[in-house]
Amino acid sequence: MKKYILKRVAMSLATLLLITFVLFVLVRIMPGNPFPSERMSAEQIANKRAELGLDDPVLVQFSRYMANLAHGDFGKGTSLYYGAPIKTVLGQCISNSFRIGGLAIFIGTAVGLILGITAALNKGTFLDAFCTVFSILGVCVPGYVFLIFLQYFFSYKIPFFPYFFDSSRFLFSSVMPALSLSLFTMSTVARFTRNEMVEVMDSDYVHLAESKGMYGNMLVTRHILRNALIPIVTVLAPLIVDLLTGALVVEKIYGINGIGKLMVDSIAGEGVDYNYVLALGILYSALYIGIMLIVDILYGLLDPRIRVASSEGGDA
Amino acid sequence: MAETAYVPTKEDFELLTGRDITTDKNFASQSYWKGVAIHFLRNRRAMVGVFIVLAIILLAVFGPILSSYGYRDIVSYTDEAGKQVVAKGIAPQIGHAGDGPFDQYTFLFGTDDLGRDQWTRTWHGARVSLVIAFVTIIIDMIIGMSYGLISGYFGGAVDAVMQRIVEVANSVPRLVIVSVLAIFMPKGMGLVIVALLLTEWIGMSKIARAEMLRIKEQEYVLASRTLGAHSMHIIFKQILPNTIGPIITQVMFSIPTAIFTEAFLSFVGVGIMLPQCSIGSLIENGFNNITTLPYQILPPIIVLALQMLGFNFIGDGFREALAPKLEDM
Repeated sequence: MKKYILKRVAMSLATLLLITFVLFVLVRIMPGNPFPSERMSAEQIANKRAELGLDDPVLVQFSRYMANLAHGDFGKGTSLYYGAPIKTVLGQCISNSFRIGGLAIFIGTAVGLILGITAALNKGTFLDAFCTVFSILGVCVPGYVFLIFLQYFFSYKIPFFPYFFDSSRFLFSSVMPALSLSLFTMSTVARFTRNEMVEVMDSDYVHLAESKGMYGNMLVTRHILRNALIPIVTVLAPLIVDLLTGALVVEKIYGINGIGKLMVDSIAGEGVDYNYVLALGILYSALYIGIMLIVDILYGLLDPRIRVASSEGGDA
Repeated sequence: MAETAYVPTKEDFELLTGRDITTDKNFASQSYWKGVAIHFLRNRRAMVGVFIVLAIILLAVFGPILSSYGYRDIVSYTDEAGKQVVAKGIAPQIGHAGDGPFDQYTFLFGTDDLGRDQWTRTWHGARVSLVIAFVTIIIDMIIGMSYGLISGYFGGAVDAVMQRIVEVANSVPRLVIVSVLAIFMPKGMGLVIVALLLTEWIGMSKIARAEMLRIKEQEYVLASRTLGAHSMHIIFKQILPNTIGPIITQVMFSIPTAIFTEAFLSFVGVGIMLPQCSIGSLIENGFNNITTLPYQILPPIIVLALQMLGFNFIGDGFREALAPKLEDM
């Protein structure tokens, strides 16, 4: 197991490094230059370029960037929040995004599990049908649309929740964005849990446990849920990643200063802020790869067969 | 008391007439695809999906034609005083008699904040979304399928290298791809298409590869190779037709993803640009005017949801038809 984890971690780090390098090169070979050529003389530009080290070979620039990165220094924005170090801006945004995202994952998984289990235990009844309709709706309607409606009815028509995000009332104002973000997770988890549980409930070993006289909660928690949950862990990874994407629009709609909004600001405005694109690209990739790594390891812990298969499979 | 056995008499039997007992009735063997088709057609949910998708495609094709307004036209008329009156923000209505300046006009979905007919714009937007989705997904299918099939067929070092590439490509979040593209490309339809092209092929290639690994050990492949068939002939002429089922299922699930992505990118402001419109940009426009014209946002959202619903239903139905479970039969 240790070997498996080490191998996965090493591979993830290598992938991240490769992606960072490609991103860096792409941003550097970009046409145009960061200085207003009409207001600066050729000499001034040359001096400035030398000062910033833009004339060095790409590899030298890259190693310098990585060295700074190791100290948590992402440089400064070229147009966005001019002058402020990216690190500071990013820190604030990350904390906002993570708290809301975390809340959404928690709500989504918890409610999704409850819905799925209820539906599976009451298979074929009204509750089951409700759960099915709910999960279909949640997959077909994007979360941000749900937020638009929530905002319209509960902030505009009935001014109960704040219309925009207010960090001084964090929990209160994150109810609506977290709820709408969790919608997709909730419905997918609910549908998956239901289907997995129905399948497991019909398996031989559950019938055996039943015939031995096991019933009720013990049967559900000990035998059914445990095996039904393994595949759910795998869908959770792409769901969390989707959450990152969904958060982009939700943050834009609700005026939350998060990494998603920062991403939109760095590309959607008049100019594109290269340093922010680079920093956010690295951050998003790291998050994404990190999540997949954690899920892979979790999966290996939960289901020993996967470890065996991957170590037997060798490198290919 | 011992029971006496019943002895059948001659009256208990009757002669079978009118049936030729010298021949057996044979049922024609069903081809694989015929079975799939029958399963699919019997699936009520899939049929609902087909109906929804067909209806939306028809409306997207004919909706703007049926309307008397263009999707960019601002509906207006000049009154007696020579002043231009614009049909701004009219609620959905059917032309009726009345004193209002636009009472005679029919706006099934109302008009938007600038006075454009929302019916025309919604179906035009649906058309743009569908075209983007179909074009990109078909290209992605060709790329992903070829990639996966080749990787799976040759195996060994070729496979290892190709799978490493897939792994790295799969580790780049779509958002990062979009943001880097935004540096190099003008925002608009092109960016959406390229972003989708760069991401959606991965899923297809994985499925194609898995199918190839399943099939390539079969005898007919060996026979073909022994007879000296070229690798590319075996891959594309002989194995590909047998992998097409799961790939089509994947296509059906990728189309809603593409529609979703387009809506999302246009909403954020890097997708479809004015004066073009798509479902995403219409939702964004509706969102911007939600407090004054709340009904403006509804048509694009409903069309989006129906598209998702329809394609997901078809995809589900197709998957079930390809691998029917015993209980469904």
